[in-house]
Order: sequence, then C-alpha cells, then structure tokens
Amino acid sequence: MSPIVKRKGERFTLPSKWLLFILTIVCSALMLFTFATDVFDKPLGTIVGYVLVPFEKGIGAAGGWFSGRKDELSQIRTLIKENQDLKEQVARLTEENTLLQQDKYELNKLRQLFELDEQYEEYHKVGARIISRDSGNWYAAFVIDKGTNDGIREDMNVIAGGGLVGRISAVGPNWARVTAIISDNANVSGMTLATEDNLIVSGSLKGMNEGVIYFSKLVDSKEAVQAGDKIVTSDISDKFLPGILIGYVLTITPDNNNLTKSGTLIPAVDFEHLSEVLIITDQKQLMEEK
Amino acid sequence: MLSFLLTFVLIIILFLLQTAVFPGVLPLHVLPNLLIIVTASHGFMKGENTGIVVGFVCGLLYDVFFGEVIGFHALLYLYVGFINGKFSRVFYPEDIKLPLALITVSDLTYGLLCYIFLFLVWGKLDFPYYFVHVILPEMIITLVATLIFYPVILKLHEALRIRQRKREY
Repeated sequence: MSPIVKRKGERFTLPSKWLLFILTIVCSALMLFTFATDVFDKPLGTIVGYVLVPFEKGIGAAGGWFSGRKDELSQIRTLIKENQDLKEQVARLTEENTLLQQDKYELNKLRQLFELDEQYEEYHKVGARIISRDSGNWYAAFVIDKGTNDGIREDMNVIAGGGLVGRISAVGPNWARVTAIISDNANVSGMTLATEDNLIVSGSLKGMNEGVIYFSKLVDSKEAVQAGDKIVTSDISDKFLPGILIGYVLTITPDNNNLTKSGTLIPAVDFEHLSEVLIITDQKQLMEEK
Repeated sequence: MLSFLLTFVLIIILFLLQTAVFPGVLPLHVLPNLLIIVTASHGFMKGENTGIVVGFVCGLLYDVFFGEVIGFHALLYLYVGFINGKFSRVFYPEDIKLPLALITVSDLTYGLLCYIFLFLVWGKLDFPYYFVHVILPEMIITLVATLIFYPVILKLHEALRIRQRKREY
C-alpha cells in the first residue's frame, strides 16, 4: 500500500485521519440528534431489525427447543406424580370455582347496588418472547420479538409473573427494547400498597448483583411501613399504570434528614430467568386522553 | 470485496453470539465483549481505516438495540479501532502476545470510558465497586474469549488472503 508505487486496481483510499474526523462528526451529530429527536431511530431501527431479528428469533427458538428437551427428560418422572396431584386439585378447584362464581354474581349485584365502578378494567396484554439481551455489562435491557407491527409503542409497561419488569424504551417494526426496572438508568414512582405512601424505586447495578432494588424518598411519618410490605406502581407515575406489583420491602432505614426513609426491596419478578413477558397495551397517557 | 463480506459476516455472527446466545448459555453475570475483539483485531490486522469502519459498525449495531443515544458506542468503538490500527505496523500474525495485550487494554479502556460517561456523570462515585464487579471481570472474560475467537478471526482472514493471492497468479 505504498503511496509511491501505485499498482493497477488499487483504489483511492481516504487517509485514516480524515475518516476518523468525518465519522467522529457523524457520531456526535447522531448523538445530538437522537438526544433531542428520534429522526434516526426509526430508519436505523427498521434496517437493523430486518437484518438481525430473524436470526435472533431463530436462535431464541433453537435455544428454547434445546432447553425444552432437557427439561422434558428431567421432568417426566415428576410430571407423572404432579399429574395425579393436579387432577385432584382440578376436582377441588372446580368445586371452589362454582362457589366463587356464585360469590362473584353476588358481588356484582352488590357493586351495582353501591354504584361502585371498578377502578380500572383489566388491562389488555400481549405476550412476547425475549430474543436478545444487552451485551454490555452496565445496564439491564433486553429485546423482544414484537414491535410496532404488533401494536407495541414506546413507554408501554412490561410485566411477567404478576410483577413489573420495565417499560418499552425503544421500538422498531419487529422488535422492541425493554429497559428493566433493575437497570441503573431506571426510576419508578411507587407506593406502599397498605399505607399508600409514595416512594422512588431506583434500579442500580449494585442492587442488580445483590438481587434487590433500592428505594428512597419514602415519607413514612407514622412508622407504618414494615419489611414484607407490598410496593406497587403509584398513581402519580406518568409512565407506569397504577397498582402493578413491583416487589416486597426487605430492609428500611431512616435517612439522615430524618424526614424520609430508604431501603431495599425484593423484586416480584425473577429477572435472572426471564424468557417471556407480557406487554400491557394500555398506556397511561392514552387512557387519560379518552 | 470478499474480505469486506467476511468482516461483515463476522460482526453479525459475533453480535448474535454476544446478545442472543451467550446470555442464555453462559451462567455468568458478566459477559465477554466480543465486539471489542472483532473491532480491535481488525484494527491491528488490517490497519486504521478498517478498524475505524468496523468499530463504527459494531458500535452502531449496539447503539440501535441497546444504546440510550445513538452514536455513543459507535464513537467509542471507532476510536478503539483507530488506536488498534496504529499497531498494525508492528503486528505479526505469528505473535499472539500483542493481540492479547491490545484487546485486553482496549476492553479496559472501554470499560473505564463507559463508567465515566454513563455513571460518573450521574454522580455515581463508587468507582472501586464498578471496577471490581464489572470492568475487571469483563476484562478477564474478554481475555479468555480472545483466546478462543481471535485465532478463528485470524485464520479466516489468512485463508482468504492466501486464496486471493493464488487467484492473482
């Protein structure tokens, strides 16, 4: 590649300093633009989505198939026993169910009597499979196999196993990124279920390694909040729907200012073993506009 | 052209390995940074320009899926590629010590820069914790991954070069 002896067919090459300079400018511009707008998010997300997501889906399916076979082999024996137990349980539950249905009928009648509306209808949900995880070791985010084509929008809430997982932070046509509440860049406004005191639940890298989430700014003047209390998303959060379970209080300590308290809580979701999630397609902002 | 195609396929495969395969297979908190390996190795194997472009593509891929802002990781990776490209003059394919050292230092630098720009600026000052729990483990596991992946990348490019040279004569 000597500049003096230029062989035939050797193409013109840009000096690396210039290439570096140009791409630095491009990156800086991209950062500035994406910080303020989402002009580049959409086309880039679309292109990359169509190139990579099919592979990731395939890998996810193959991985699922393998772990499925492995589980099947190890579980056959336990399954036989479980099956018997379950049959008994079904019989018991059917009986219980009929009783409960009677109760529900009664409840509805009483509700009508008291003219009490349910606070919110049950949310609409869509299931999705996790196909890829944040490869960096700093944040906890993952990519799911549903996108705008399936009606997923940014800021929708994501749950699994009855607890809050996170919210959609970026979306492409056939994929979406979920930022988990344990991620270091995530904050959720929560409240204690029993006393309805507000607090801030902040994910962090430290907590993630210890299996807990930190919370702070809990105003609890009556000393009523105890370990084991349920923490749910608060009514005043602008991104999260109210009343979704976040976790249970583990420790609680007063802050130095003697006004607020902070501590740790155990998430309701097992973030280590997450393969499928549910996306709530109702959004808080949209609900209020209706 | 073939070399370009090979590089592109390598990036895609390693990205998929890192994001879709490893998290499910490896029982680890911290995962190896394969994108650093592919960026740095192309830098010192093929020179500054290739390093810059490969780094830019790797970073952009990462940014689109996981980045808070698009362009941040692209910038980090392209400088990693550029600086590794500076070492292409003293690189010999037979020597594995230089690649190992370069990739390890690259990953360490990448980790430190990530801490500074993503954590320190938010006032998260507990550097020893992040160093011991993220940066150092990532560096070590990346070093191990380098021993596995770097020879493969090198062999593929060598094989391609030999084939192309044969065709020229």
